[in-house]
Amino acid sequence: MSTNTPVSTATAPRNMQEFMEGIWERNPVFVMVLGMCPTMAVTVSAINSISMGLATTFVLAASCWLVSLLRHVIPKEVRIATYIVIIATFVTVVDYAIQAISLEMYEALGAYIQLIVANCLVLGRAEAHAAKFPPVAATLNATGMGLGFTLGLTMIGGVREILGNGTLLGISLFGADFQPWVVMVLPPGGFFVMGGWLLLFAIYRERKDRGNAARTAEASHGA
Amino acid sequence: MSAETLAAPQVTPTAVLLRVLGIVSAICGLIIVGSYEITLPAANANRRIALERAVLKVVPTAKTIAEYYALPAGGIEQAKGGEAPAGVAKFYAGYDDAGKLTGIAAEAGAKGYADLVRVMFGYDPVCQCVTGISVVSMRETPGIGDKILIDKDFLANFKELDVKLKEDMSALVNEVKAVKHGTKTNPWQIDAIAGATVTSRAVGKGINDAAQFLLPKLVPNIEKLKVKS
Repeated sequence: MSTNTPVSTATAPRNMQEFMEGIWERNPVFVMVLGMCPTMAVTVSAINSISMGLATTFVLAASCWLVSLLRHVIPKEVRIATYIVIIATFVTVVDYAIQAISLEMYEALGAYIQLIVANCLVLGRAEAHAAKFPPVAATLNATGMGLGFTLGLTMIGGVREILGNGTLLGISLFGADFQPWVVMVLPPGGFFVMGGWLLLFAIYRERKDRGNAARTAEASHGA
Repeated sequence: MSAETLAAPQVTPTAVLLRVLGIVSAICGLIIVGSYEITLPAANANRRIALERAVLKVVPTAKTIAEYYALPAGGIEQAKGGEAPAGVAKFYAGYDDAGKLTGIAAEAGAKGYADLVRVMFGYDPVCQCVTGISVVSMRETPGIGDKILIDKDFLANFKELDVKLKEDMSALVNEVKAVKHGTKTNPWQIDAIAGATVTSRAVGKGINDAAQFLLPKLVPNIEKLKVKS
C-alpha cells in the first residue's frame, strides 16, 4: 500500500489525495480489478450501473467511517467479524432504502444489492485503510473509491447500453432502424467491454511511460 | 530460542472480545431496525402503486380494485389485509365508477429461462378469456426473453386467449399452451416468440396453472363479485 503513512500536517491536500486515489490512480474497476461480480452482472445499462455504484459508495463510506471510528476499540482477533457485521448493516440499510425509492430499480439490481456484503472492495477498504486512518480520511478515501467504482461501472454500462440497446440512460440514440448488438447486454458483452477499456488504459499507460522515459533520457543527456 | 527472548504476545481477554462484538452488534441492530421502520411506509406505498399499475394495465376500465382470495377448498372470500393465508390464490376484481365489475386480474408465475417469470393477466368473465398480460417481475435475458413485454405479435395472443371452463367447472376445456412460433391454430394457444421460446412457454404454463386453479373457484361465484361490496 502506498498510502499507509499517517496523516501529516498538510491535511487539505492529503485529504484531496485520499479522495482522488480511488477515482483515478487506483480505480477499483480498472486498476485494482475488484468487485467484478456486480461489475459484470448489473452493467447492462447506465442507470443500473450508476445505482449499483452509488449503493456501493454509500456502503463503503458508511462502513469505513464506522470501522475507523471504532478502530481503537476493535481487538484484532474479532476484526473481520466486526467489519462484516458493520458492512452487512449498511447493505441492509441500502436494501431498504432502494425499496423505498424505486421498486423497479430494486428488481433490476436483484440479488446484487445484498451481494455488496461480499464485495471484496468494501472489506478490503475497511481492512487496509479504514482500520488505520482517522474517520475523515477513511470516509473520504472510501467515498473516492466508491465514486471510482461508480465511474468504472458506468463506463462499462454506458457502452453496453449504447451498443446493446441503442440507448443511453433510456434515451434512444440511433432511431428505430438500429439493430442492437444483443451480445453486449449478455454476459459475454460485459467481458468484451471490460477488456476493451483495460486495453485502452494499457495503451495510454504505455505511451505515458514511454514519454516519461524519453524525457528522463533527454534530461540526463542534456546534463 | 527461549520463551523470554520473544515479546509476550498481546492477548485480549475473552470478556473484552465478547463485549466489543456485543456492543457493535447492538449498534448495528439499532441501525437496521431504525432504517426498516423509516423506509417501511414508503416501500409499502411503492408496492401498492406497482400492484395497482399492473392490475390497471390488464383491466384498464377499472377505477377501483378489490382484493380477493380463491380458497384451495373452493369458493372465494374478500381479503382482509395482512398476509395471505397459505394455499390461496390472490386475485383482484376491478370495478368502474358505478361499482360494476369490469374485469378480474390475477397473478401467474412459472420458471422461465433465468428465474421465475411473474405476470399479471386480465380475465373477462363475459368472454371467458384472458384479455391482457403485464409483467410483475422477471430476470429474463435482456433483448431476448424480455421481449414478452414489448413484442406486439406476442402480446396479441392475449387479446382474447380462450380459457373456457368445462360444463362441470372442474378445469379448463383446453389447456393454455405456448406453441412454436407460427404454428398457433387455436384461440387457447400462444404463439411463442422466435428465439424466446422458453420465456414464452413460462408465460403459457403460468397462465394455465393459475387459470386451472383460480377459475373453477371463481366462475361459480362470479355473481358475488358483480357488484362492489
